[in-house]
Amino acid sequence: MRMPLLALLAKEPAHGYELKSQLELIFGEAYPAPNIGQIYVTLQRLERDGLVCSQDVVQTTRPNKRVYELTAAGREAVIEWIDKPSEGPRVRDEFFMKLALSPMAGTSDRLGLINRQRRHYLAQLRSLSELAVEVDRRIPKLLIEGAILHLQADLDWLQRCQEDFV
Amino acid sequence: MTGDGERLVLRAAGLTKGFAGDGVAVTAVRGADLALKHGEFVAITGPSGAGKSTLLHMLGGLERPTSGEIWLNGQRVDQLSQARWAVLRRRHIGFVFQFFNLVSNMTVADNVELAAIMGGASRKQAQARREELLGELGLAAKAHAAPARLSGGEQQRVALARAMANRPLLLLADEPTGNLDSGASRVVLGLLNRVHADGQSILLVTHDLRVASAADRVISLFDGMVVDDAPMTTSPHPTSLPDVLKLRG
Repeated sequence: MRMPLLALLAKEPAHGYELKSQLELIFGEAYPAPNIGQIYVTLQRLERDGLVCSQDVVQTTRPNKRVYELTAAGREAVIEWIDKPSEGPRVRDEFFMKLALSPMAGTSDRLGLINRQRRHYLAQLRSLSELAVEVDRRIPKLLIEGAILHLQADLDWLQRCQEDFV
Repeated sequence: MTGDGERLVLRAAGLTKGFAGDGVAVTAVRGADLALKHGEFVAITGPSGAGKSTLLHMLGGLERPTSGEIWLNGQRVDQLSQARWAVLRRRHIGFVFQFFNLVSNMTVADNVELAAIMGGASRKQAQARREELLGELGLAAKAHAAPARLSGGEQQRVALARAMANRPLLLLADEPTGNLDSGASRVVLGLLNRVHADGQSILLVTHDLRVASAADRVISLFDGMVVDDAPMTTSPHPTSLPDVLKLRG
């Protein structure tokens, strides 16, 4: 949450609700709506770390609002974050642990394990494909397409596991 | 004829196909069982060399099984002569192939009408059917073009129209998106979904799991054997979607 908020503030100062609605506007269906409390907590931490500063803006008809602005250090942090290559493929695979360790638990039906996992991935693939058709906006669509490609790779990998274990 | 066979559009039991290789006997399909209900859309998937195409070709009478039984709409067909199979295909089966296989020196319209006529329609009926199909598949404007003037995706839509021209009991599709870019694949898949929604029974072979996941059921073939036969439902895990999509930043 830190870096996306900094990136939004790099464009112009904003208060918490504005940041929340901008995130929703950009990421749409692809982003689980961030909770406003989380956003305020993150902004406070960013301020403590010297990456943003804030001031209260007096409003006549409504309560004052706190507007956040990027500091020079904050701007540097955003640029560094954007320019740095992101982490590569993540093989964070609980399924693989199950596949490797199932004989120790006395359930050595690896083909059954692979089939159940394949069904689960196929069901997700179908849901995501349907979602991809419904979603028109470019940014969320691209994220969904990415999730689909990752699932396809996971399914290929299952096939590779099957070749070896069965 | 079994009671089972009558409710199914297609049933196969113990289907096996061996080839005599270079002094080595190769078994492409080993004892495959499968059943397709009327109106069902089933995908057969698996790695290349798993025997998918061989299985589909046997089910469409293009290759003769070494052993096993095939029932089409309750009729046993695995013993039929090639000539009888040809008649059966013309009247009751639609085929879509990876490389379209359109007749290059005939127009799009004639490709579709010929299939309708071969399926038993009169000239007039064939023309009406062609107009209906090309209209539905968004190809009315291309009716008088030569297939070679069309994009790959358009050619595959013509092939689908041709396959549907005889109002087939069963549509067999062998890697129908295998030669298309992702945009054209989605269009063809969307059209398959549409004809399926209208009640068409479809059996499709694909290595593309995104295509397979659109079916009612996914049969996984591995080394010539059916290793899984999984029913698919719409949005079976709606709660797991946000997880898949969770951005970290």
